[in-house]
This record gives sequence, structure tokens and C-alpha cells, in this order.
Amino acid sequence: MIEFVLGNALIMILIKSFIAVGIVFSLPLPFTWIERKIAGHIQVRPGPMRVGFHGVLQPFADGLKLFLKEDIIPDGADKFLFRVAPYLTLIPYIAIFVAIPVAGNAYLSDMNVGVLYVLAIGGLSIYGIILGGWASNSKYALLGGLRAAAQMISYEVAMGFAVIGVIMMAQSLNMREIVEAQGGGILSWNIMPHKQLIGFYIFLVAGFAESNRIPFDIPEGEGELGGGFHTEYSGMRFSLFAMAEYAAMFSICAIGTVLYLGGWHAPHPALDVIPGFIWFIIKVVCFVYIFMWVRFSWPRYRYDQLMALGWKFLIPLGVANVLVTGLFIMLW
Amino acid sequence: MPEVNVFQDYLPVMIVMGITAMFAFGAVVAGVILKPKNKYPEKLGPWECGIEPEGEADAGKFTVQFYIIAVLFVIFDVETLFLFPWAVVLDKIGMFAFIEMVLFIAILLVGFFYAWAKGALEWVK
Repeated sequence: MIEFVLGNALIMILIKSFIAVGIVFSLPLPFTWIERKIAGHIQVRPGPMRVGFHGVLQPFADGLKLFLKEDIIPDGADKFLFRVAPYLTLIPYIAIFVAIPVAGNAYLSDMNVGVLYVLAIGGLSIYGIILGGWASNSKYALLGGLRAAAQMISYEVAMGFAVIGVIMMAQSLNMREIVEAQGGGILSWNIMPHKQLIGFYIFLVAGFAESNRIPFDIPEGEGELGGGFHTEYSGMRFSLFAMAEYAAMFSICAIGTVLYLGGWHAPHPALDVIPGFIWFIIKVVCFVYIFMWVRFSWPRYRYDQLMALGWKFLIPLGVANVLVTGLFIMLW
Repeated sequence: MPEVNVFQDYLPVMIVMGITAMFAFGAVVAGVILKPKNKYPEKLGPWECGIEPEGEADAGKFTVQFYIIAVLFVIFDVETLFLFPWAVVLDKIGMFAFIEMVLFIAILLVGFFYAWAKGALEWVK
């Protein structure tokens, strides 16, 4: 263990971690622009056009604006928790990427309980959201925080059931082994109907709810809560929350790619000449596009409808999926 | 059993968390240095669409349904935790484990449908 600390391994881990965190931190820049462009074109308008060629510099302008915004902590707020909450939300979402294998040999950690780790650490970010909402001492923020917490824990149960189907197929909790179990073309990916299509459906819907995106963005509903749990936040602290939202979306997309879309595997063995990490990135980007597509196509759900969908439909469906998958494994 | 090196597996988690905290803290500090400082009571009060804030945002004045959901979550999340090790070794221990888990899930489903029938999942009463 001591040799490991003193050896090059530590330096390699440090470099890899810096690269990974740097990438995740800078991803919101291109993707806010892409998201607004997609929004524009779906709604038959051009989207941002003024700053740079077709508005490509818009994210930099927005980022600079957020840097220069006054940083307000309300008088009635719990000052310490108010300051800590954005970190508590952002850090777990970025820590998820530690367990994600981008290619067969490109990962930060090859932990043997990867799936469990991802679900557990993703769940921690709820603390930041509910504490941020509570510490603000504002009615909207409190309601937003409570809604977010109830929604995220509800859909975490559904997501857990969906993921168990994948674990049963791969007989492993290790993310790399789960991808390897899906090798050999698109027909062995877990998204196929004879594998875990229902599980993927549950995972996708729960993913929208976990990352607080439309159609399940009720914790932040502008129309009713004026911003939800981050109503009272401004400046950089607000952008940490916004960044956490993007990191949440990317982590859900990356986990979904690993669990259901065959990770770094090509759709056909003949296409293996293209390196695995490129396939991984293509799949994640397509996944992100679905998130944005849904965002600008669906209206927001009502809160009781959202909870009914989670508890009365997805959880029984998830239980049924686990039992049917188990039965098939037994009879095969 | 493959050898598990906890140190090698989980050190990257600490490092990534540390780097993220550093980046985030740096951004906030830079914002604090660059920001304008112009505070007045209206700005520091809770935001309520520009109307005078009315009363306190008391933690406690929200529907009891949130507590019920939290209690149900504890039960079902623990249940899924029991399913994880079972799912990994199901192939090896066979039919016995499968039937046992069917019984376990059946008992939990009784509780689930009881909660459902009692209206614990209803938000509009």
C-alpha cells in the first residue's frame, strides 16, 4: 500500500482526476449553447444569434455575467448551511463519474460495487438540495427543496428496481463487467426487447425525475415556485446549482449508456475499428439529446401526477421486471 | 474471490471530490472578489414575487404527505438493497433463492398495497 502511495500510480490518478473533473466542469459551456439552439429550432426560432457566430460565445457571456453578479445571502438564512449546500449538491454528481468506464481501460476506479456506489453517491446530492431550500428561509425555496427531496427519493426506488434487472443479466455489480457482458453487437445490448427494455424505460423516466428535468422539474417550476430550492441563490452559488443540474443529466446519461447501451461497444463487431471511447461519447451525446428533446416537447407534470406515476406505476412495474427477469434466468 | 484493494478503488473518489470542491470554491471566491456590493433590506429579505413577505417560512408548515413518502422510501430502499446481492449470485444458487425472493417481495407488496389502499400515496384528498 505504501509503495502504491509513493509510486507513479498516485500521480496518474491525480492527472486523470484533474482531466475528468475539468471535462465535467467545462461541459455545461458547449451544452447550454446546444440546448438553447435545440430549443430554438424545435420551436421554429433561431435561438441565440448575437454573441459570436450563431451565438457560440453566448455561454461565455452568460458565465461572465454570473461571475459579476452580486452574491446575496438573505438576512433570515442559515448562513453556514446556505453556503455549504451548493457544494453538497455538486460534488456527489461529479463523484459519480469516478466509477464510469469510458472504455475498456479508461476509468478512474474499477470498483467491484460500481452500480451500488453510483446509486448511493447520486442519492447524497439530495442533502444539498433540501438544505439549500431549507437554509434560505423562503417559502418558495422550502417548498422546492421538499418537493425535490420527495421526488428524488421516490424515483430512486424505481431506478433501483430497474437497475437490478441489469445486474441479474450481467451477474456482477462492476460497471466494466456489465459493459463486457453486452459485447458483440447491438443485439446483446441491454436495451433490446429480449433483454431489459422495460428496465431501460423505467430508468429513463426515473432519470428525468432524478435530474429534476422537464417534464419533472416541479421542484424548480418557475411558474409556481419562482425557481424552487435555488430561489434565493445568486451569482456563483447559483451557477454551482446549475452546474450540478447539468452534471446530474450527464451522469444519468453516462450510467444509462453503461447499463443499457453497451458502453464502449460498437453496434456491430465490424465497427470496432473506431475506438471505444468515441462510441461511448456518441451514445452519451445521443442520450443527452433525448433529454433536451423531451424538455422542449412535453409540458410539466402536476406534483400529484408525478408521485402517482412513480409509486403506482413505475415501482410495481420495476418489481414485475425483476421477477420476470429472474424467472427467465431460472428457466434458461 | 478476486482481491479487493479498497485503497486503489476508493482513493480516486476522495481525489475527485477534493478537486471538485477546490474548483467550486475557487469559482465562488472569484465571484466574491469581482461582485458588486450593494445591499439593502429589500434585497436581503425573502423573495416573494415583489410582494411584502408575509409570515415566516416555518419548517413544519407543509403537508404531512412528505413524511409519509419518506417513511415508505426507507422501507423500499432497504428492500432494493437486499435485492442487490441476490441478483449477483442468483445464477449460482438457483431456484431456491428465486422462490425465497418471490416470497420476500410478496410480503413487501402486501405492505405496499395496504399503504396504497389506505391512501398513503394520494396527494389530493
